[in-house]
Amino acid sequence: MVEMPGRIVILGAGHAGVECATALRARKFGGTVDLVGDDPHLPYQRPPLSKDYIKRPGDPLPLKPKQFFADNRITLRPGQRAAGIDRKRRQVRLESGEALPYDHLVLATGARNRRLHIPGINDGTAFELRTLADADRILGSIRDWRQVAIVGGGFVGLEAAALLTTMGIAVHVIETAPRLMQRTASPTLSSWFAEWHRENGTAVHLDTQVAAVEQEAARVVARLTDGNRLVADAAIVAAGVLPNVELAAAAGLAVGNGIVVDANLLTSDPAISAIGDCANFPSSRLPGRARLESVQNAADQARTVAARLTGETKPYDALPWFWSIQGGVRLQIAGLSKPGLSEVVRGDPDSGRFSVFLFDGERLTAVESVNAAADHMIARRLIAERRKVEPAGVGDLSLDLKSLL
Amino acid sequence: MGEFSLAKGHIYIARDGSRAECELPAGTSVMLGALTNGVEGILAECGGAAMCATCHVYVQAPFDSRLPEMGEVENEMLDAVASERRTESRLGCQIVMTDSLDGLVVRLPDRQN
Ligand SMILES: Cc1cc2nc3c(=O)[nH]c(=O)nc-3n(C[C@H](O)[C@H](O)[C@H](O)COP(=O)(O)OP(=O)(O)OC[C@H]3O[C@@H](n4cnc5c(N)ncnc54)[C@H](O)[C@@H]3O)c2cc1C
Ligand code: FES
Repeated sequence: MVEMPGRIVILGAGHAGVECATALRARKFGGTVDLVGDDPHLPYQRPPLSKDYIKRPGDPLPLKPKQFFADNRITLRPGQRAAGIDRKRRQVRLESGEALPYDHLVLATGARNRRLHIPGINDGTAFELRTLADADRILGSIRDWRQVAIVGGGFVGLEAAALLTTMGIAVHVIETAPRLMQRTASPTLSSWFAEWHRENGTAVHLDTQVAAVEQEAARVVARLTDGNRLVADAAIVAAGVLPNVELAAAAGLAVGNGIVVDANLLTSDPAISAIGDCANFPSSRLPGRARLESVQNAADQARTVAARLTGETKPYDALPWFWSIQGGVRLQIAGLSKPGLSEVVRGDPDSGRFSVFLFDGERLTAVESVNAAADHMIARRLIAERRKVEPAGVGDLSLDLKSLL
Repeated sequence: MGEFSLAKGHIYIARDGSRAECELPAGTSVMLGALTNGVEGILAECGGAAMCATCHVYVQAPFDSRLPEMGEVENEMLDAVASERRTESRLGCQIVMTDSLDGLVVRLPDRQN
């Protein structure tokens, strides 16, 4: 019989950390749970920050109400940062000097925005969008904005672009890659969104970098590598994230692109797990390893670890899914894609409602649905259950996808 | 439902024989009411965007007929909820509190994912 831990410390009070604490109590874990997070606010949901929150500011959407933590004997320590892990003594050292002993430690430290090596951009002039404080900082200035340069054409940058455009702000998106959302989207999806954003009034600069940024009076001047010179009221950097691995690395744990864990989400130390945006795990759905940035991944990994810590060990195998809202467009993705997959389009992209089915040889690995929720929900099951799907068939709208289940 | 008084602006969320009472200002969703009151059994992973279908509720009569008709997206998402879809199934994030919903009673399904 495996010994059950009595004291669990969770570092990071985002989607992953809060769900892990919640799931431990839901599974009747009887020991202590310490949830340490450096964000000073009550734990909140991040996705709305680039969606509703900026358009209709109010209270941020909480992950759980304040009372929940006390009611469930979860010791929430907001605004506290962990400074080190002493693996020998099994203690976390907080910046306040306090030491928290653990029997099991869960690293849910998430990710932070990537800073760019662009002269002039990091000297306080640029905005970011990861935390509530970032969003509030944008809200504090947005009224004066007529023109904004967004550096990065990934999900967050594009959601922000669509949002600002509806508020009457002229937006430029500058993307280094030859297409939008290159890391996760199929070429068909990328070009559909590029066209949509252009029609929506956003200037999309692909294959382009910001060479330098200067401050001119109250304005920002961005020199682009294509020779263009943009004058804007603000620049928002949305150029992807870096996993927060420093604590783990300093403690001697294996790190790569993220904190390296095994199929059970355990690090190289059996007393330490890692989950969410910071975890690099062996994927059962793609060859190799993955590190995902999604609510689904954070929540499902949290539940997998909570189950193991309460005696039910199962390798992490949840189906990845993701959503994004750009203006009125609802994008839902099931599964994981990678470069070089073959595409079958279902529906007419010009109608604004379609799905891209992505096959790795014969195997359906991902489905991207634009304004096609029904396709997405069926795709989740097709991929999760590893159903055999004929590539030729799914492009034909007379085929009822439900008949494949 | 005679066993509890239907106070103005309150909704009742029932599951496993227990009931939670939440105060819900007009304009907020049932999902948000459950979330901010720590009601278990509504996951709401997408934060109310009708993207996750983990805020599934069964709306009890007579309130089911007082709700505005569901949109196409909600209908498609409900088609794939983790528990049985019934005629009274709705997504909690798409039900917005109004005066005519005072005392609304919703029942939670066994599972959300
Ligand atoms: C603007 C925005 C929009 C998004 N939209 C979507 C979406 O539509 N759909 C979707 O699926 N996903 C979306 N995501 C991604 C999703 O929010 C993340 O995948 C999710 O938040 C990951 O959860 P996490 O708990 O792993 O990390 P995080 O949420 O980053 O939480 C980690 C926490 O740990 C804290 N921390 C780090 N180091 C320490 C330390 N040493 N001591 C104490 N605390 C520490 C961090 O400050 C942070 O608060 C979005 C993200 C952003 C930023
Ligand atoms: S909260 Fe996700 S669908 Fe309602």
